[in-house]
Amino acid sequence: MSTVATSHDTHHEHHPTGLKRWLFTTNHKDIGTLYLWFSFIMFLTGGAMAMIIRAELFAPGLQVVDPEFFNQMTTMHGLIMVFGAVMPAFVGLANWQIPLMIGAPDMALPRMNNWSFWILPFAGSMLISTLFMEGGGPAFGWTFYAPLSTTFAPASTDFFIFAVHLLGISSIMGAINIIATILNMRAPGMTLMKMPLFVWTWLITAFLLIAVMPVLAGAVTMMLTDRNFGTSFFDAAGGGDPVLFQHVFWFFGHPEVYIMILPAFGVVSQIIPTFARKQLFGYASMVYATAAIAFLSFIVWAHHMFTVGMPVAGELYFMYATVMIAVPTAVKVFNWTATMWKGSMTFETPMLWAIAFVFLFTIGGFTGLMLGVAPVDFQYHDTYFVVAHFHYVLVTGAVFAIIAGAYYWLPKWTGNMYDEKLSKWHFWLSVISVNVLFFPQHFLGLAGMPRRIPDYAVQFAEFNMMSSIGGFAFGLSQLLFLYIVIKSIRGGVKATDNVWEGADGLEWTVPSPAPYHTFETPPAVK
Amino acid sequence: MSAGRKINRLFSFIIAALLFIPNIAFAEYKLNLTEGVTSISRDAYSLHMLVLWIVTIVGVVVFGIIIYSLIYHRKSKGAVAAQFHESTTVEVIWTIVPLVVLVLIAIPATKTLLEIEDASNPDVTIKVTGWQWKWQYEYLDEGINFFSNLDAKSNEARQRDSGIDVSTVEHYLLDVDKPIVVPVGKKVRFLTTANDVIHSWWVPALGMKRDAIPGYINEFWTRVDEPGVYRGQCAELCGKDHGFMPIVVKAVSDGEYQSWVKDQKLAMAEASAGSDKTWSKADLMKRGEEVYNASCAACHQANGAGIPGVFPGLVNSKITTGPAGDHIDIVINGKAGTAMQAFGQQLNSADLAAVITYERNSWGNAASVVQPADIKAAR
Repeated sequence: MSTVATSHDTHHEHHPTGLKRWLFTTNHKDIGTLYLWFSFIMFLTGGAMAMIIRAELFAPGLQVVDPEFFNQMTTMHGLIMVFGAVMPAFVGLANWQIPLMIGAPDMALPRMNNWSFWILPFAGSMLISTLFMEGGGPAFGWTFYAPLSTTFAPASTDFFIFAVHLLGISSIMGAINIIATILNMRAPGMTLMKMPLFVWTWLITAFLLIAVMPVLAGAVTMMLTDRNFGTSFFDAAGGGDPVLFQHVFWFFGHPEVYIMILPAFGVVSQIIPTFARKQLFGYASMVYATAAIAFLSFIVWAHHMFTVGMPVAGELYFMYATVMIAVPTAVKVFNWTATMWKGSMTFETPMLWAIAFVFLFTIGGFTGLMLGVAPVDFQYHDTYFVVAHFHYVLVTGAVFAIIAGAYYWLPKWTGNMYDEKLSKWHFWLSVISVNVLFFPQHFLGLAGMPRRIPDYAVQFAEFNMMSSIGGFAFGLSQLLFLYIVIKSIRGGVKATDNVWEGADGLEWTVPSPAPYHTFETPPAVK
Repeated sequence: MSAGRKINRLFSFIIAALLFIPNIAFAEYKLNLTEGVTSISRDAYSLHMLVLWIVTIVGVVVFGIIIYSLIYHRKSKGAVAAQFHESTTVEVIWTIVPLVVLVLIAIPATKTLLEIEDASNPDVTIKVTGWQWKWQYEYLDEGINFFSNLDAKSNEARQRDSGIDVSTVEHYLLDVDKPIVVPVGKKVRFLTTANDVIHSWWVPALGMKRDAIPGYINEFWTRVDEPGVYRGQCAELCGKDHGFMPIVVKAVSDGEYQSWVKDQKLAMAEASAGSDKTWSKADLMKRGEEVYNASCAACHQANGAGIPGVFPGLVNSKITTGPAGDHIDIVINGKAGTAMQAFGQQLNSADLAAVITYERNSWGNAASVVQPADIKAAR
């Protein structure tokens, strides 16, 4: 620690400028910015693919793309949104905010921080480049079930495997860095139970990442050897087991979905108290609930596999364990509700997104409980009901929280207030269109429309058309967000240090915009 | 359906939804899960409604409290923030109440699950094999064995830019050339497996979905209460034509079922007789085109051009214009490690001879004619 402190004492204003600044930077704020821009670019890329999907599904019959390309779009949309947009966005928020929130001068491992970011653009480009290879890109869904992803997959799958390995390395390094920072670099007096909830949720998320990314790496490595070196891990004809793939994948996959939602809980738990001007209700139970959800996430994975033909005892166990998740999740929603109760609320843009999160994430939680009930899951499984469910938790959950966080901290990052009027337009357009987009998909799924199909029977036409219209509107609304962010970077009303009247925490004690180096002398926390 | 009519229907739907007249408005649209025609599907439906009501009530209460708070506890109304931020009593209560509700859900769910998973003592057993992209049905006690493909009309209309208005196609994408037939009131056990990738057999009205996995045999059962035609689709992404392998189940009275079984046995005997005679080239070409469109065109395309880099073309290729023996070998035995299936297991000798002859003499190819006897010799 002492060497780090000494090097920081010398002339830190002499950092490179231009492209070199961004390539060689070890500054947590620069790297946070890089992560956030990368994830926004990926969000628009994955979004463009969603537009193609919704255009094809606008009306029955095949008009826009061929089924093979449609499958590539659903696959790449999922992979890019999960690994390119949502995860890096939260790492970006962590990079910017965790050192500021715990009173640390930077991340604990700044060079590794640089590396874990700069792997991403290469991994992402490699993944996207598969679309232009002979035979096309991966077309087996983001869950890449074997043997569709092994024996029956296009040649470009090997590039997909390499890209997943790289993304995993980046995530693991990011997680190690976050754990090292939080455990070692808190300001004197900031005990664990005094940490802001965003820091807590990220600490737990980082442990989840370290636990499951190697499992994903194992799954794709087995795919690699099955495809190229004559092994038969997932090939029944060679004595292997296609269901093994699903067990390994979902042992990664279920914690993975909580990796994408726990930091969102953290963001919302920062914003709601600020604008309710009231301390977060049940801080300790929030921490325990987060830990409980993280623990449960390891023991429920096979609820994604109720239809594979498990023994009935297995189905019963996974059903019971799964519905248990409703308890800590409900505790969180009740705590947010109690925080707002008898508060003194104002509705600036971050608060609007956070409130929308509470409502819409809860709807996703409700359908999650329904899906956990195994005998009915036999009906819901692999239909649009599932698509609606996970988009409610991932778009109106994770993405809404990211946008809420971006508006909340943007004045601290840029030193300027964003355009409040435009940002309210952005909110209302998004929140209406996202429901037009995803709510009808519940009906489609219940009426029997399977997911991942490029064309459908005519009785599904009306709701698909509604959903597509909502999709185009939601997609276009996000361009407004891009404009608002750029506008706030270029100028606007100067932000105060505290920015929000009810804001509480170390990040609000530094000037706006936050100087390149902050907390070189640790602050004292009472 | 023209785009104009579609938009009209959409508008009328939105207006009707606003007026909330469910019976009139939703005659064509289904909003909820089907109740189905089996005890399993009805149990699933009532569980679905139970949980749906529970979450609706919880939602109304919680959202109601939030909305009340949003209206009355705002700064602009002069609200002053209270100072409380924890209460052990309240927190214990709202941890225990959800737990109790979950137990209330788990009890009927457990009962239903145990019933669903008891496939013992069936009256009829049908083995279902998923193939890219069709279903094979084998009635194990009767020796009946056939493939079920997307019907020709849907198949034609679903081609990209086919120019066919799909709303004029009856049961678009939900019809097959040959449905399976089951007797009403009998316990029918299905055994599912797959030949290539994972598929999933699902008919909503029967209340059951089960994956068809290569190397596994899964089972489930159903007892259909009402005669009728019930439709479903493959539910697990299985490649390019995942959206185009529907399932049609015809439930008939026991008498009708028995006569259907007899007809099937007769038809199978006739087909095997066709494999013993020598066919004219014209007959082979005619039959070959039918078989090609049902079994080969999904990958190699109707014009034989294939999809570059994914499925090889057959026009002037080494296989289709080279020695007949190689051509017969690859069609019968497939090609390991690729999507090319072993059609020897799927088609009888006459159909194989016809389709090979068709491939060797279409799209400008001009190679030899293959007879059923050649196929039999190569098997």
